[in-house]
Amino acid sequence: METAAIILFDGIGFASWLFLISAGITFIFGVLRILNIAHGSIFALGAYMGAWIGGRFLGGQYPTWLSFPILIASAAIVAFTIGPFIERVFLKRIYQEEEVIPLLTTFALFLMLEDAIKLTWGIEPRFIDKPFQMMGQVRLGGISFAGYPFLLTGIAVLCAAFLWLIVNKTWFGRQVRSVIGDREISSAMGINVARIDTFAFILGSFLAALGGAFIAPMISVEPGIGIEVIVLAFAVVGIGGLGSVGGAALGCVLVGTARAAAVHLYPELELFVIYALMMFVLILRPKGFFGGIEVRRI
Amino acid sequence: MKRLEKVKVGYRVAIVVGLLLLVTAPLFVSNWIVFVVTLGCAKGMVVLGVVLLLRGGLISLGHGLYYAAGAYAAAFALNRWNIREIYLLIPLSLLAGGGMAALTGLLLRRYRGIFFAMLSLAFSMILYTVLFKFYDVTGGTDGMRIHLAKEGVPLFFYYLTLVLTMGVIYLGRRIIASPLGYMMQAVRYNEIRVEYMGASVGMVIYFTYVISGMLGGLGGGLVALNVGHVAPELAYWTACADFVFVAILGGANHVLAPFLGSIVFEFVKNYAFKFSPNTWQMTLGGILLLIIFFLPQGLWSLTETIERKVIQWQLSSKQ
Repeated sequence: METAAIILFDGIGFASWLFLISAGITFIFGVLRILNIAHGSIFALGAYMGAWIGGRFLGGQYPTWLSFPILIASAAIVAFTIGPFIERVFLKRIYQEEEVIPLLTTFALFLMLEDAIKLTWGIEPRFIDKPFQMMGQVRLGGISFAGYPFLLTGIAVLCAAFLWLIVNKTWFGRQVRSVIGDREISSAMGINVARIDTFAFILGSFLAALGGAFIAPMISVEPGIGIEVIVLAFAVVGIGGLGSVGGAALGCVLVGTARAAAVHLYPELELFVIYALMMFVLILRPKGFFGGIEVRRI
Repeated sequence: MKRLEKVKVGYRVAIVVGLLLLVTAPLFVSNWIVFVVTLGCAKGMVVLGVVLLLRGGLISLGHGLYYAAGAYAAAFALNRWNIREIYLLIPLSLLAGGGMAALTGLLLRRYRGIFFAMLSLAFSMILYTVLFKFYDVTGGTDGMRIHLAKEGVPLFFYYLTLVLTMGVIYLGRRIIASPLGYMMQAVRYNEIRVEYMGASVGMVIYFTYVISGMLGGLGGGLVALNVGHVAPELAYWTACADFVFVAILGGANHVLAPFLGSIVFEFVKNYAFKFSPNTWQMTLGGILLLIIFFLPQGLWSLTETIERKVIQWQLSSKQ
């Protein structure tokens, strides 16, 4: 029973973090029809930026509560600089190409950003653990948990609600949904599709950078974190169905609990479980849980 | 008519000269170049597998699976069952790759586009985790060593790889020009019409996939025997993406293109390592972007440009 509770809470903590990243990937795919491998680098950039601004730039000399605005601000900095740069300079040229070209373009950007991170911030690990310590411990039913993952869950839920509100309740969101439905017709109806693309990319990137900035207090920020996270996010969006944010949420919970269960019961199977899960879901439901039906052209 | 024949003769001369250069290369270039060319040819086979699928519009982000399967098959046979005969090890890797593809292909043939890419990636990552975690059997992260140490082995492997590459190129040409190859191209443009024609799209993709898996296994086995070491990274997703990278680098229009791309890639990687050890990934990424934006048909399209130029030049000089 105790193990089950630990697995559940661990899984949810992991899932909330994973949601921030995979929601961005799946949202970008929904609008731009591009599976963005460089998303992993944006996540890593967010983590580095958070650790750098918090740790080096301010030298740790600030009240602890201020670290949360710092983390959010660093995510915003990354999203609003790197996001438009990638989308405007590289991606907008290749929307018409067949699928392999966008995939490889983002792979190339991923390779370049990985080295850019190493050149900018060096290869030694960085830490920003003030927020983690501030959240302290939480006792639930006689088991003590770290408080920080609960905060992550809160942020993930907030972001999900925020995203839902933007897409469903705003003028911008209506345009986004129209572009998702049909790019050409939207353009003919007077929607500036290019601008929607850019904003959608920035929004997706912001989620990834936010995930990076807020996971930074839990991990040591070092080269290679982007590579690891992208394989997890792929599994999540594969399970949930590409383009569906709700699917990504379900995928995160499944992947998070499966991973937590594997870590506690049979650690050798950690990554294996995640991919086996993805395989089974894709075999049973070829487009993932919420993947749309595509029209076949004759 | 005459001019076309001249171009053909030009091609033949180029092929014979290239072949002579490759055969005599060990006499006048240093050993590491021979080694790099060997690796380039062996990996070129895997890339040819990727290209065969790419011609049907299918992106295999999981060819590391067959590559690693071939490599580990050779390593297992050598270390566990003590098979030291190279002429047995290489067919074994080929069968390992083909067998694996025959299994996964049963599922993968139902998928297209990005879903094909992601499911094949999942398969490859599953093999990676198995190789990575079950260190009692597979050696974990350390991988396994392959002992074939004898005098003159690198040179022997160079010629063996060269001969096999010639064979693969010949067969690749035949496959591309066969009904299967044409059908695969048709699948890329319009699958439903292929079905209307009376062909089975599933079978076309399946057979191509198994062939492509065999090529992956063969390349993996050769690389493993050459390098003398296998590690789980062979199946990691970045390794898989590299094969697609090289496929685009070389181009998909000719059977020689993957090999050209692969050899160029190996050299670029080596020089990038040497001259900018901190930014080699950036160099590779930059080259990939340049190719995508300025040479979308790959390096091989340069030969077509040259051919056009030559014909134009002949036309203008004759008048």
